[in-house]
Amino acid sequence: MAELEVRSLTHRYGAKHMPQVTAVKDVSLRVQAGELLGVIGHTGSGKSTLIQHFNGLLTPTSGEVLLDGENIFRDKQATRAARFRVGLCFQYPEYQLFEETVYKDIAFGPRNMQLPQDEIDRRVRRAAQFVELPDALLEKSPFDLSGGEKRRAAIAGVLAMEPEILVLDEPTAGLDPKGRETILSLVADYRRQTGSTVILVSHSMEDIARLATKALVMNRGEVALYGTVDEVFSQGERLVAMGLDVPAVTRIFLSLRERGLPVRTDVYTLEQGAAEYLRLFGKGARA
Amino acid sequence: MIRDVAIGQYLPGHSFLHKMDARVKIVCTLAFIIAIFLCKNFWSLGLMVFAALVMTLLSRVPFGQLLRSLRPVAFILLFTAILNLFYTKAGNVLWHWKIFTLTDRGIYTAVFMAVRILSLISVSALLTFTTTPTALTDGIEKLLSPLKLVKVPVHSLAMMMTLALRFIPTLIEEIDRIMSAQKARGADLETGGFIRRAKALLPILIPLFVSAFRRAYDLAYAMECRCYRGGEGRTRMKQMRMGVRDGVAIALFAALTAGIFLLNHFFAHLI
Repeated sequence: MAELEVRSLTHRYGAKHMPQVTAVKDVSLRVQAGELLGVIGHTGSGKSTLIQHFNGLLTPTSGEVLLDGENIFRDKQATRAARFRVGLCFQYPEYQLFEETVYKDIAFGPRNMQLPQDEIDRRVRRAAQFVELPDALLEKSPFDLSGGEKRRAAIAGVLAMEPEILVLDEPTAGLDPKGRETILSLVADYRRQTGSTVILVSHSMEDIARLATKALVMNRGEVALYGTVDEVFSQGERLVAMGLDVPAVTRIFLSLRERGLPVRTDVYTLEQGAAEYLRLFGKGARA
Repeated sequence: MIRDVAIGQYLPGHSFLHKMDARVKIVCTLAFIIAIFLCKNFWSLGLMVFAALVMTLLSRVPFGQLLRSLRPVAFILLFTAILNLFYTKAGNVLWHWKIFTLTDRGIYTAVFMAVRILSLISVSALLTFTTTPTALTDGIEKLLSPLKLVKVPVHSLAMMMTLALRFIPTLIEEIDRIMSAQKARGADLETGGFIRRAKALLPILIPLFVSAFRRAYDLAYAMECRCYRGGEGRTRMKQMRMGVRDGVAIALFAALTAGIFLLNHFFAHLI
């Protein structure tokens, strides 16, 4: 399984003579195999630009991206190999569906990998199973599916390449709570069953807090916070200062602290919140 | 990147040219283009070049920016110049080699043509530099409105043009996004022969069309929800008014045209 390393990556947009925008500035990070990295940040914080370097879609202005220690921008072959090892699923991926049938669309990636026919078939069926698309839907036109099904079909198109590192840019945007839950649980399943690394960009702090092992907070193109989920969410006040949302539980404890109660503010899951509550107000807390 | 393509090159500003009425600007640009073809010698052409320079200065569009907008036509420019250079057989022969003959008349004509095209393009570029696409289409609509009498749907045409212009950047962004998404799935857009490349475009074109239709429906509904029923009885937020500025411009243009006729008349020869 692959390890992804980013070394002081900087990306500037804009042609010569035009005002340039530094979208990503001096970002370094290392994602170990099997981790689930949550990426958080405002719109325009450089998240999307950053992740497009991971599979070589964007070339950095300076810095490098290493996959198992090898620079993916070394030559064309290396970049192309990275395309298949790092699967990138964009925001609203359903807008990329184009084939006549769902089956063919999911098979687009594996076909581009020039795999043998039976291997393609195996991967398509496996990916469809992962995203819980019934076989009956595979022969339908992707444009006849419901919104949630389209989203899952599109994600299957990336999963079918069986990437060692799966990068998802806000995979749950615009879905209803049930749809969100389905997507998140299938991502977690994929990681558990294949041992792949997952990088998940999300606006939902709750989701990151619940699923991720590590978290990266981007602010104005720079790394604001990077560490384990515990480390990052214990900085609730800094997250709020950056104008970011914190999990509802953290918010409660932050405002309790503001009112002068001696509470911990590094609480971010319901369980931790309950424990902290019991510590303070539970039986025997105050004798 | 595809995003860097400049379409609609309006540069915001408050210059004389920016503040002029779009209708007057369109008419003057057309008049300039016609006038430039009426020039018969370097004197009248020189007057037009001078006028173009004055307009550029008035517009406060940076020269570099203007030159960049000329880049796409550089090839046509060179091509016409070279063609004129060698195909003019009249005049004194200066140099001769196989089928190529260079005459003094040829050199004059080549330079004349090049200057003519250059000033033509730069003046049209000035129009788009100083007029927002919306003002431009509004101006065209107003100018064409007499055609309503012969049942030409002028308003619908203008609305279509405005919408098309409005959606160009959106669609470019969309293409960019779809291309990235398909590349992430290993789509190879750069190698292979013609047929292969054309086939490789399908995964981009189909989603693009689907989303263009989706946007069209959304927009149509949104317009209907705001009770859009075409141009009848519709007023504008930005009323077009001609001011002193426009009067001055029209007078100057009239003088310019008169100047050309005079110069053409007094200097009958090319130079």
